[in-house]
Amino acid sequence: MKTDYKTIVSDGLWSNNGVLSMLLGLCPAMAMTTSATNGFGMGLATAVVMAASSLLVALFRQRITQEIRIPVFILIVASMVTLVDLAMNAWMHELYKVLGLFIPLIVSNCLPLARLEAFAAKQPPLAALVDGLFMGIGFTLALTSVGAVREILGSGTLFADASLLLGPAFKAIEMRILPADMGVLMMILPPGGFLITGLMVVVKRLFDLRAGREIQMGGAHSAPA
Amino acid sequence: MKELALMMVGAALVNNVILARFLGLCSFMGVTTRIDTAAGMGMATTFVITVSSMADWAVQHYLLDAYGLGFLRTVTFILVIASAVQFTEMTIRKVSPSLFQMLGIYLPLITTNCAVLGVALLLVEGKLSFLASTLFAFASAAGYSLVMIIFAGLRERLALAQVPRLFAGPPIGFIVASLLAMAFMGFSGISTG
Repeated sequence: MKTDYKTIVSDGLWSNNGVLSMLLGLCPAMAMTTSATNGFGMGLATAVVMAASSLLVALFRQRITQEIRIPVFILIVASMVTLVDLAMNAWMHELYKVLGLFIPLIVSNCLPLARLEAFAAKQPPLAALVDGLFMGIGFTLALTSVGAVREILGSGTLFADASLLLGPAFKAIEMRILPADMGVLMMILPPGGFLITGLMVVVKRLFDLRAGREIQMGGAHSAPA
Repeated sequence: MKELALMMVGAALVNNVILARFLGLCSFMGVTTRIDTAAGMGMATTFVITVSSMADWAVQHYLLDAYGLGFLRTVTFILVIASAVQFTEMTIRKVSPSLFQMLGIYLPLITTNCAVLGVALLLVEGKLSFLASTLFAFASAAGYSLVMIIFAGLRERLALAQVPRLFAGPPIGFIVASLLAMAFMGFSGISTG
């Protein structure tokens, strides 16, 4: 069977996007999107975990028996998360402090586990790596865009503190879109998280409709995790 | 005593697990189509959160802190939670077979409910005593169940409403949740006043 990498990439980035189509991994998608920079950092950490654990599971897929596969998956994800947690604490400490609780919580994010179960456990290592990576990048894009909308509406800036959190090279992308007193505080507070995420799902459906594609109604609701 | 009571109110209502801390959203959107399943899920999760935070407290104090193994926290906690879920499953099967039938597939999925791991990690950050952390965990879980049941009630109504096609399903659910979160922000006065 030939692996169709183009479909894997487009699935991950758009048509099967983790947050906006499958509605998985919602907790960090709302908690960590008070600014575009936070969303980007959170997405990146998740992408690394997803790529690494997909690769590992695909490598060992013949040895993992059906009955104990879920505990094994969770342990593999947990080990990867511990590595990312320690690495970020060492080299990206500012970002680590902002993301805090949600780095260890990648373990119980449904998205990595769902991809391991649905894809990596049945596919060759390279395909699994590509799938994990692009699902992660799609997740990052979704989080960054939700974060950008909330940040622009809420505090009037875009990518504020990027140089502090991601490194001095990102100084150039810090922007102020609206005057400082124009922000709607509610958008950065929890209600705004639900509202903007809901509206982003609608925007994605609108794009799909324009392109003449079938819109996905249910999300992952048949399989809550 | 008064401090403990205030802390419990704060954990259940002001810093509600779902609406303020954004934990356990998958089950929040997934199993809230009917009130009885939402209530069953709430009860089972409450039990798991309370039991696993008691176990996690012991693990943190007598194992991880005592031997300087803090970096293994994520891995050990998820194992403790998985065992607690297994234990809950066996208990419910023994005590109430009908509830066991009703919850079915949702029981094992509590392992990946981030509210469970999230509360356990919050407790470690808070450095609370055993009694205080158990009460905090129970109150957080009670707040979780409350919001699950309220939201399930709203969605039972929503299922009968005419929603524009683009908004049907999850998006309108998010918008309703946003309004609910706004209502719960009204509780934020309690903790300070």
